[in-house]
Amino acid sequence: MSTEAAFDPGTAATRATDAILRDTLHGTARGVVVDSPPGAGKSTLVVRAALELADAGRSLMVVAQTNAQVDDLVERLARKNPELPVGRLHSSDADPYDKALDRLANVRKSAKAAELAGLPVVISTAAKWAHVKVDEPWRHAIVDEAYQMRSDGLLAVAGLFERALFVGDPGQLDPFSIVGGEQWAGLSYDPSASAVSTLLAHNPQLPQHRLPVSWRLPASAAPLVSDAFYPYTPFRSGTDHGDRLLSFAVPSDGSGVDRVIDEAAESGWGLLELPARHTPRTDPEAVRAVATVVRRLLDRGGAALADGSPDPTPLTAGRVAVGTAHRDQAAAVRAALTELGVADVTVDTANRLQGMEFDVTVILHPLSGRPDATAFHLETGRLCVLASRHRHACVVVCRAGVGDLLDEYPSTEPVQLGTLVKFPDGWEANHAVLAHLAEHRVPWRP
Amino acid sequence: MSLIATLARLEAVATGRAQPTATVRHRRLSQRPLVFVPLTTAGEAGAPLGALVGTDRDAPRLLVVPQPRDRDLRFAFLAELADVVLPYIDSYADAVEAAERNETDPETGKRVKVEVELCADAPQLIVPSRAGVDYVRLLGRSMRFRRTAEQDPQTPYPAPPRVPLLGRWLTHFGERSRVPGSALLQAVTELLGRHWATGQSSLEDQHLGALLAWIDPPAGETGAQAALRAELARDADGQLLCPPAGPATDPAFDNKLLAPAIERYDRARTALAAAQDGLQADDLLGALTAAEGEIRALVSSRMLPTWDAVWRGLDLLRSLPEGAHVEERWTRDRWSFTGHRDRVVAGEPPQPRRDDAVTAANKLATREREQARLEAQEALDDPLVMAARRLAGEAFAGEVVDVVMAYGEGKRPSPRPLVTVRTEDLPHLAERAKVYRSLGGKPQAAEFVRWAAEGDAGRADGGHGAGGAGLLVLRIVDKMGRGKEPEAGSVPEKGDRLCFTLFEHEQRGGAKLPDPEETPWTHGGPPGEQTPEAPDSVTQEDLL
Amino acid sequence: MRGTALRQRLAELRGPDVPAKALDARALAALAANPGCKRRAILDGAGVDKAALAGALGSPSAFGQSQFALTRGNAFEAKVKADGGAELLRLVHERLDPAARPPVDAAVPELSAIGPEGRTARTALALREATAAAGGWTLLDHPMLALDVAGSAAFLEPDAVVVHPDGSWTVVEIKSFPMLDGSADPAKVGAAARQAAVYVLALEEVAARLDPAPRVRHRVLLVCPKDFSNLPTASAVDVRKQRAVTSRQLARLTRIQDIADALPEGACFSPELPAEQLTAAVESVAASYAPECLAACELAFHCRDRSRAAGAVTSLGRSVRAELGALTTVEDVLAAARGETGDPRDPAVAALRRAAGLRAEALEAAAGAEPPAGLWSVPTPAAGAVPACR
Repeated sequence: MSTEAAFDPGTAATRATDAILRDTLHGTARGVVVDSPPGAGKSTLVVRAALELADAGRSLMVVAQTNAQVDDLVERLARKNPELPVGRLHSSDADPYDKALDRLANVRKSAKAAELAGLPVVISTAAKWAHVKVDEPWRHAIVDEAYQMRSDGLLAVAGLFERALFVGDPGQLDPFSIVGGEQWAGLSYDPSASAVSTLLAHNPQLPQHRLPVSWRLPASAAPLVSDAFYPYTPFRSGTDHGDRLLSFAVPSDGSGVDRVIDEAAESGWGLLELPARHTPRTDPEAVRAVATVVRRLLDRGGAALADGSPDPTPLTAGRVAVGTAHRDQAAAVRAALTELGVADVTVDTANRLQGMEFDVTVILHPLSGRPDATAFHLETGRLCVLASRHRHACVVVCRAGVGDLLDEYPSTEPVQLGTLVKFPDGWEANHAVLAHLAEHRVPWRP
Repeated sequence: MSLIATLARLEAVATGRAQPTATVRHRRLSQRPLVFVPLTTAGEAGAPLGALVGTDRDAPRLLVVPQPRDRDLRFAFLAELADVVLPYIDSYADAVEAAERNETDPETGKRVKVEVELCADAPQLIVPSRAGVDYVRLLGRSMRFRRTAEQDPQTPYPAPPRVPLLGRWLTHFGERSRVPGSALLQAVTELLGRHWATGQSSLEDQHLGALLAWIDPPAGETGAQAALRAELARDADGQLLCPPAGPATDPAFDNKLLAPAIERYDRARTALAAAQDGLQADDLLGALTAAEGEIRALVSSRMLPTWDAVWRGLDLLRSLPEGAHVEERWTRDRWSFTGHRDRVVAGEPPQPRRDDAVTAANKLATREREQARLEAQEALDDPLVMAARRLAGEAFAGEVVDVVMAYGEGKRPSPRPLVTVRTEDLPHLAERAKVYRSLGGKPQAAEFVRWAAEGDAGRADGGHGAGGAGLLVLRIVDKMGRGKEPEAGSVPEKGDRLCFTLFEHEQRGGAKLPDPEETPWTHGGPPGEQTPEAPDSVTQEDLL
Repeated sequence: MRGTALRQRLAELRGPDVPAKALDARALAALAANPGCKRRAILDGAGVDKAALAGALGSPSAFGQSQFALTRGNAFEAKVKADGGAELLRLVHERLDPAARPPVDAAVPELSAIGPEGRTARTALALREATAAAGGWTLLDHPMLALDVAGSAAFLEPDAVVVHPDGSWTVVEIKSFPMLDGSADPAKVGAAARQAAVYVLALEEVAARLDPAPRVRHRVLLVCPKDFSNLPTASAVDVRKQRAVTSRQLARLTRIQDIADALPEGACFSPELPAEQLTAAVESVAASYAPECLAACELAFHCRDRSRAAGAVTSLGRSVRAELGALTTVEDVLAAARGETGDPRDPAVAALRRAAGLRAEALEAAAGAEPPAGLWSVPTPAAGAVPACR
């Protein structure tokens, strides 16, 4: 118990980061793997490791998965050390990178790796790196979002570097393939598996680290997300109950929407439960409910107080996001928000929200109104992404009846010999989240 | 399943007949396919019971294994099968045309064009069902590592000549069939299921008899009635009127008819072996021949209905005109066939049991590329497929209502005309999204500019009210020639009805992966010296 | 008390003097195939012989096993267990517990006893003794285990259970489908894993009665013929998920009390009853038919008939409903698509109408562009030329 009381998130996180950097800079292993739960400072770690490797005079390539991630990393690096020359290797398509990079003096951009040769750090996407050929490999690489990278993607770039730091979040959405790859299931190098699973299958002795503290998720959310999605690799919140406060200048009008907002502000979670009904994906009532919650969040003059700062930050549209499972749902919510006169709120699917964070999120539950549950909707990564984007509170909009839907889900999955069973199971994780949300339920008939 | 396909199924229920889900045929059908209807023995891996095989629907070759657990009889079956299949394959191997292929010059490392042979046509194997495709793969796997007495005089159970070669070919066909849109090996149920929607589930569509019943029901019967009969009706002996298309047999057939017949055959064989003199042997041989004939008749009676059904399915498919891009995909099949022909001729070893890391990744990349290509080409070839893409917001069709000439910025101003299209579709267009239309068979790209206000109802997002039409402005960005003025016919004109897609029409080649000998440390490093694959360990007993 | 009343009620449902059909591991594992089906829950819970019931309803089930497969399966199992299970134990050692000492001189206790209860007791005793005498290997050939299923005991007979030197227990499942180059039919492996998970649960009940409770391993050993031979090979299969699913399904079987309570007075599923009466009884409890049932439930053909007759869209597949919202019948969907019914503001209705419009437009375009091609111009193969099966 004394260790419990003595747990200091800052110290724990520093200790973990120090060990990671020690292995990366001074270790002998060719690879270092870091698991990072949501908001545990993955980007900070990547930037710090990049700067220290550059300082140590090791030529460094950074591999990220999307152009947005690459641009974000370039900006962070430039902000942290404006003097450091950074290469942004990009594709030859139109608008290959964020124009904001043009303002950064020491960032050189090119579609040709040769034109960036000699720079201490070169950053690009895995897809672009795959086309690069070198005579002499980079001494070091950082592979970001390595759990979202496919094994064949790593195969294409692994010849470019001698050693690498692999960083990623194992709880988010797994990579996938549009065609079946069952014939390779169970092989250590199954091309459609994640890069990390192949790496570790062939190099089980590599040092593996874990960032133990989520700085994003509040104390109200970290235990649930940790238990439901990271049962074997638990983490803690960096802040305590009461460290973060969300308040509203305009009092509740007593409606279900306002009550669920107050519940979420108070407890971190709110479930706005609509009457049970089977609906198509773009359930108009649920979509309108999501939009209304957002509208009221903004109208009620929200203010977020966080992490010792004496001044609350106004809850503006940019600090709120809506998450859905499907693109057409996102489109429907955007249209509904436009009708309510709301602009600048991020509305996107789980896939696209990966890696982002907001003060408050409003989620349309993936199983809301569905006549049947499918493997897609039960995928733990999807719910994990949606339930772990917020710093203060998360409001889930859902129709009643999801519990029954889960109970009726047929569990007759085929089993491939030799594959590692992925835990947690989507069914269990969904039930865990649902059970928790039930304590913060506000029934509402629109 | 797209809502359009769902509707087709529901309409099939309501009308009692299958409904089209394609208006053209999306797969190549050879003029002279080799139809292969195999049956296997329950509970045994790779122990064939019989097959009908051939290119002439009126004269299938009947192959039967009277005692499937007898190794010698199984080998004889495989040798006979090789005698039918290999000459058919060979007949396509020699007719070639000159073609060019891009290769990397080993000296300079540059990409150069090399003149090579391309087989002018390719063989095509047709099996009844998906399980039949798997069985082709299984047979291929069971044969390709076998050693002939010539290859290895020490081998304990030498395979008849050409059996390992057939194994390699069947393996190639099986592997190729995993490539989306390929046509070297196809299952009739899959082909029919691609082109028609029945009033039953896709699970039930695996039954060839039931599937045909929906597509082409006998006069006076609905598809549902005919399908039910095909699926379940039994005669007085408890035997299915329409035997399953295999390779698995109906247990009732095994237990009631086949097992007693095999027992009689075994007894006749034992008796013959114990014959005391020539005269007795003659009689006993007659009994054995009769017992074997009985099994042949039984097995053949279970396969003939399937044989006929396969050809009937092919007739139905031939009634559809071939899609425009099918030829292009078939050319890829011809390359695939030619490539394997060359590997065999070059004396390369049989395909390994498991792919190495690089081969697996390359195959996956090819299949993903072919899947994307297939989806795009089917939509371009077939308005019914495009309709589903339009419904999904991945394409839109409409009329050009305005064209305004504009020019790009830059030293040499190039034409960038703005085209306004009125559409009732609801495409999911993001800011500056690229869209493509087919212009003389080539994709022309445009950029989404904005939804235009009709009247003054501006729209923030890519949707307009149900039933209404929207106006969207596109900027055409390529395929207009090199001059300042666009080439004639390269810019849409007012009144044109066009269809734009949000997906690309052509697929880019992927990144080149390392050679297998340069497999990186993350994937286990180079595989090292390739040792030839050993033959499978065998059962010691003569009978399994 | 409640348990006795329930047992009584379930016996009434089976019919007078109809013995309960014992649930085996395969049947228990199949509970997960369609957990939403109340009909299946009550019939299984009451121990009704569904195959007999389906026959009496006039829609006999089509499950059967070829004697070739049976013979082959038995021969293979005998081969695996020959020589006191030496090969089997070698595989357990190699695949699950290589650090333990090699399995020589393993004990193979005699497990025969009178009746399933006797065999269960004998098995429990053998397990206790083997665990107490830790240090060596013990093979239990066809032990018998009991599992509480909705108040009555189901007796289960795994192919084998192995006690390791460290006192832990492993379930061994012997199947006759091949492992080809290390992989096997995933559907069959899945079924084997679910079946093995039932044995794991039953073993855990036995283990819980011992002090200290031995560990029941959650990785079972699946033994199959290697490639095209009859030589055994094996693979460890992690059944934690299947175990969780099955234990959940078993817990849910208590729901059958509620289902039984909702049945009309005098309802009975005895195959002796006339078909009409039986049909009414079966209809009085809701089924949730989907095409997957055809491979998993003896009553599937009956339920399919009813589902089709009712025009349920799920008879075409579970996924069909996904975009149809509250519409559940073929007629409702088509009427909505044709614009005859439905609120156009309902996105399901709107999408259906757009789909119907686009489909009609495409078919028209194709018919106009080409010489009438397609289904309706297909020259029907000369009637009679092809025997439409026999």
